[in-house]
Amino acid sequence: MAQSKHEKVERNVFLMIVLTLLTVSVGGLVEIVPLFFQHSTTSPIGPGGKQLDVKPYDPVRLVGRDIYIREGCYNCHSQMIRPFRAETERYGHYSVAGESIYDHPFQWGSKRTGPDLARVGGRYSDEWQRVHLLNPRDVVPESNMPAFPWLDRPVKADDIQDKMRALNKVGLHKYSDEEIAAAPAALEGKTELDAVVAYLQGLGKALQNVR
Amino acid sequence: MADFISGFWNMYVMVLVALSILFCVFVLVSNMTKREKGPVELHGHVWDETLAEYNNPLPRWWMYLFWITIVFAIVYLAIYPGFGNKNEHRGQWSQYEAEMKAADEKYGPIFAKYREMDLMAVAADPEANAMGQRMFLTYCAQCHGSAAQGAKSFPNLTDNEWLWGGEPDAIKTTIIGGRMGVMPPFGPALGGEGVKDVANYVRSLSGLAHDSLRAQRGADLFATNCVACHGADGKGNPMLGAPDLTNKSWLYGSSEAVIIETVTNGRNNQMPAFGEFLGEDKVHLLAAYVLSLSKK
Repeated sequence: MAQSKHEKVERNVFLMIVLTLLTVSVGGLVEIVPLFFQHSTTSPIGPGGKQLDVKPYDPVRLVGRDIYIREGCYNCHSQMIRPFRAETERYGHYSVAGESIYDHPFQWGSKRTGPDLARVGGRYSDEWQRVHLLNPRDVVPESNMPAFPWLDRPVKADDIQDKMRALNKVGLHKYSDEEIAAAPAALEGKTELDAVVAYLQGLGKALQNVR
Repeated sequence: MADFISGFWNMYVMVLVALSILFCVFVLVSNMTKREKGPVELHGHVWDETLAEYNNPLPRWWMYLFWITIVFAIVYLAIYPGFGNKNEHRGQWSQYEAEMKAADEKYGPIFAKYREMDLMAVAADPEANAMGQRMFLTYCAQCHGSAAQGAKSFPNLTDNEWLWGGEPDAIKTTIIGGRMGVMPPFGPALGGEGVKDVANYVRSLSGLAHDSLRAQRGADLFATNCVACHGADGKGNPMLGAPDLTNKSWLYGSSEAVIIETVTNGRNNQMPAFGEFLGEDKVHLLAAYVLSLSKK
């Protein structure tokens, strides 16, 4: 009997490698690559092509974001409201890609030991956020979130300009030289707590009161 | 929604999807060998002297499973988005719209029923209160506590004391627009001793233990510095959110130390606005629930 078809592939390692690569790359080529060429994933637009008010993080929020990442907040908090009624009733409008164009890396996540934070901005007072971060049990007795008492210390500001320059090399950031020059002054006298609260209070504002 | 930057990407997706399905079909067709009569062919390899491997075709049922995946792919692409821009109306966002519409049809009449009712009447309705409580636990409990008992700097809603007024409309206004409670710092104006005197006078207003000499001196300072907001009798002013100082309700605590802290540094307190986020109907039920808490 003639050599069967699968035998050709099985006996030719090079052909097998080529076919394997083709097979495993189709999913990415069809589902991921086109995302780089969509308006809704590369510019600040929301549902129905509405322009969103999304700006690069100012220095204080940028530091707050880095502290958020440093403390591993993403281990328990997602920032991704899915388009289900059960989620939008509780958190607000579902998240859209255009809101995250300045998030490098994004904090969407999928692990929710705590609530989603995509639209936490403005939901609580600054004071609540402070008390809650220092000891969550002071405001929510049932909470199992760890306390972060050490956040009440000055921010480390010496690398903020490098961070901003680095961000200018990725994505859509365009911090001007003046903004970068003014950054250390903006962090003057701020505590890590201030920075995290500023970051949290800015989350999800672009689609805050849209239903 | 022409979301792609150019029409090329639509074609790109369609061509790749079509090609990969066709390729799968080709692989299946080209491997559809029937099992021939007679002895089964061996692969040719021999291991461990006697171990050989038959070259049987895949069982028929197994091949059918592969064919079913192809049928599934075609049906899926015919119904749901995936083949370029096709069927975007059945994407996740449209499914969400449909879900919201169905919920509106189901719950809309319930909300409408209560919307027409007077707030006091809603507050007396057990079903409305059950709904209100569930919403309270979702939206309000983080600050006011799961039993609305409040916490330091977050008002207790179960007593009959109100910073901004306890009338139905006032509660609604508070939820819709939020509140900003500001007490300016008096440390610099009064000095350390002055603050202590005022604190003792304030404690005397609600019958707490105090130094009566200090309280006497504090009364004069109170009259010149504090009455504008707290009133001559210390009864407060709900227009400004200035608390009544003569009752047993203390937002930050009634100890002399806390009162001194409050008078010296002032207080800034905020209730965020929930009107836009929750909408009229939910605010109505929440306000009724809050009312029902304090009536008990």
